[in-house]
Amino acid sequence: MKIDWTRNETLVFLVVVAFCALTTAVDPSFLSLPTLFDLLRNSIVTGIFAIGVLLVLISGGIDVSFTAIAAFAMYSTTLTLVKLGIDVPWYGAFALSVLIGTGLGLVNAVFIAGFRLPTLIVTLGTLSAIRGFLLTFVGSQLISNVPPGMRDFSRLVMLRGTTGEGYFYSLPWAFAALVLVVAGTWFLLYKTLLGRKIFAIGGSAESARRIGVGVRGVQVFVYAYVGALSGLAGIIHASLARVANPFDLVGLELSVIAAVVLGGARLAGGYGTITGTLLGVALIVLVSNSLILLGIPSTWQSVVIGALILLGTGLPAFQAKRAAMRAG
Amino acid sequence: MTETPLIRLEAVSKSFAGVRALSGVSFSIEAGEAVCLAGENGSGKSTLIKILAGVEKPDRGQVVVDGESFAALDPRNSVARGIQVIFQDFSLFPNLTVAENIAFSAELTSGHRLVNRRRVRALAQDVLKRIAVEIPLDARVETLAVADKQLVAIARALALDARLVIMDEPTTALTEREVQSLLAIIRRLKAAGVAVLFVSHKLAEVFEVCEKIVVIRNGEVVSDKPASEFDLDSLAYHMTGRHFSASVARPFDPEAPALLEVEGLGRDGALDDIGFALRPGEVLGIAGLLGSGRTALAKALFGLLPVDRGEIRLDGAAVALASPLDAIAAGIGYVPEDRLTEGLFLSQSIARNIAIGRLDAFSGPLGWLDRAGLAAEADDWLERLSVAAPNSEVPVKSLSGGNQQRVVLARWLAGGPRILVLNGPTVGVDIGSKADIHDIIADLAARRLGVIVISDDLPELIACCHRILVMKGGRIVEEIAGGSIDAGELAARLAS
Repeated sequence: MKIDWTRNETLVFLVVVAFCALTTAVDPSFLSLPTLFDLLRNSIVTGIFAIGVLLVLISGGIDVSFTAIAAFAMYSTTLTLVKLGIDVPWYGAFALSVLIGTGLGLVNAVFIAGFRLPTLIVTLGTLSAIRGFLLTFVGSQLISNVPPGMRDFSRLVMLRGTTGEGYFYSLPWAFAALVLVVAGTWFLLYKTLLGRKIFAIGGSAESARRIGVGVRGVQVFVYAYVGALSGLAGIIHASLARVANPFDLVGLELSVIAAVVLGGARLAGGYGTITGTLLGVALIVLVSNSLILLGIPSTWQSVVIGALILLGTGLPAFQAKRAAMRAG
Repeated sequence: MTETPLIRLEAVSKSFAGVRALSGVSFSIEAGEAVCLAGENGSGKSTLIKILAGVEKPDRGQVVVDGESFAALDPRNSVARGIQVIFQDFSLFPNLTVAENIAFSAELTSGHRLVNRRRVRALAQDVLKRIAVEIPLDARVETLAVADKQLVAIARALALDARLVIMDEPTTALTEREVQSLLAIIRRLKAAGVAVLFVSHKLAEVFEVCEKIVVIRNGEVVSDKPASEFDLDSLAYHMTGRHFSASVARPFDPEAPALLEVEGLGRDGALDDIGFALRPGEVLGIAGLLGSGRTALAKALFGLLPVDRGEIRLDGAAVALASPLDAIAAGIGYVPEDRLTEGLFLSQSIARNIAIGRLDAFSGPLGWLDRAGLAAEADDWLERLSVAAPNSEVPVKSLSGGNQQRVVLARWLAGGPRILVLNGPTVGVDIGSKADIHDIIADLAARRLGVIVISDDLPELIACCHRILVMKGGRIVEEIAGGSIDAGELAARLAS
């Protein structure tokens, strides 16, 4: 296969490989199944968020409220189930959280598609409002006795093993959720007309309107979809941690957006791939989990991530500019 | 013809915020007919296109398609009826491939929920074959040249069995050869029974393909006749409501001593034995095709192009113009193409706009600006150019188009030139402001400035200039008195 050096994906892939090589050189135990499972497990929530962000960026918008939506959906679902004391299986809890997430996504859609307000401003507003509403009216207490259904889910193990030293390691079934989200979103984006419409409105909303694409309808779908994925990511986060902390998740949004942008999605809309997004997520998760292995203080994480963003988005832009100048 | 026309507009009116854009517009288009919609900027052409595309709804009147009346079309039923608009910006998706762009509308109307890459490519291939065009199907549209983008836009229109293709200013960004191949495609469409509504203000190409010309002015149809009943002059007259052959140039004293004399001016490969004189108050036109040497002459007069031979005299004294600084010192101002229409800071005050080029003349020892001096200077210019503005502190954007043009000219004049060379003074200007600029030119000349106007726009030269020099191959081949010739004949002499 021919390697395309102008693609973000290539660059990010090389950085991921280099990072792994470096970490292995410092600590050979890095290159092992337990580490891999650990990284995969840590990328579930970020990965699902990132797929949602990818969709929004392709459509030409941006969403920074998804973490607040996730926290709200996750916490209010847990609280409801605990308060009511009913014993629903894990998928019942998931369905409720996804439903709440979708509803909050629709709130974004009302402002964005209905009132045609700028997406960044709307979602900055809802980020703050949803979080404030959650902490003020729903609750700010940690719930550590999560409902049995959610606890059951955290025990569903897909793969397990024991190291030579006798440590257990495992990959939870929650990882399958990421796989399903990735597969479903890939199908949506590339195989359905709706997906192509999302690309189209990101490429040129005015052109799309002129040939009869219902731009508002597509936007409503996009923000509802992101809301649903946020609800899913939130409940997975709480289930795996077996604790619902209303202060969790918010604050992650910028590194998730960073992962997606690193993977080649453009903030101006119309461009972005699932492969690139997953590589971006891999890089961000890798950086935030293994800098410690390299003996670098964790406060340096954000510096490294920032440098990667500048490099990862700057280099292709620079190459494109040079190519354009050469073409005259 | 007695059969039902493809499309008939009946007394369509539309206003925006109280401003009448269209009033009682009626005309019809038959199948396989090419109709030209001609009109100046702001005449209502764009609104009309949007109504046909279903993007705007008329306030009154109706659109009759195949005998069926609609109070308003919407984009979907407009497309379903076979009406396809190719907007000036093409409205393509830069991030999608050629094949996807071509097939997008067809996929939208097909009702498919899933996309099939093979079906999309086959459709695109098929349409491109119909217009005998080859463009790589998998290329992203953003990587294509303008002419190819336009072909993609046409192909997309045809992918939907278009019966009326509306092309909005399709030739503005094309080279002459690309225009010819576009016209060939239009003929092929007509032969296949597709009607074309061609919106353009480039008159020559209109005559090549259109059977009928509908002229709108200020939102009303002023003329609707077969193309054969128009010529360039009458079309320009209908579009503008003015006769351009009528000269706006004011009399000057032909006996006055020459301001500028040029004799035997030459430069190998560009200019040959150029000689003429310019008197105060005179407007001298220079006409010529591209490469005729007209721009070279302007540059030589402004010290931008060194000459090998000949002499330039100002007030009878020979001057050497080795650089623009020499020319400015000698009192020659040069306004290059488009400079009259660009380069205003719209949100800034008139005073600032006028003074921007001359700030050093008003800066004190520490770089402080002499604001009072600036304001006085600006007010002086407002008066001299009769700019209709309350004072020099209002932002330029609050002025009308014509007054904005005056502000630009004031900036060029602030340096105090005695001779002004204007290259293409009204390129890209709509006809209303154009007439304003012509008036300004006449005013300047009346102030005993010598003005040289270089232009592609022959009616403009005829209207503004006392004399027109025709250039060809670097030589002045003819001198024509302004107002004594019509545009068609001047065009013929340029080309002969």
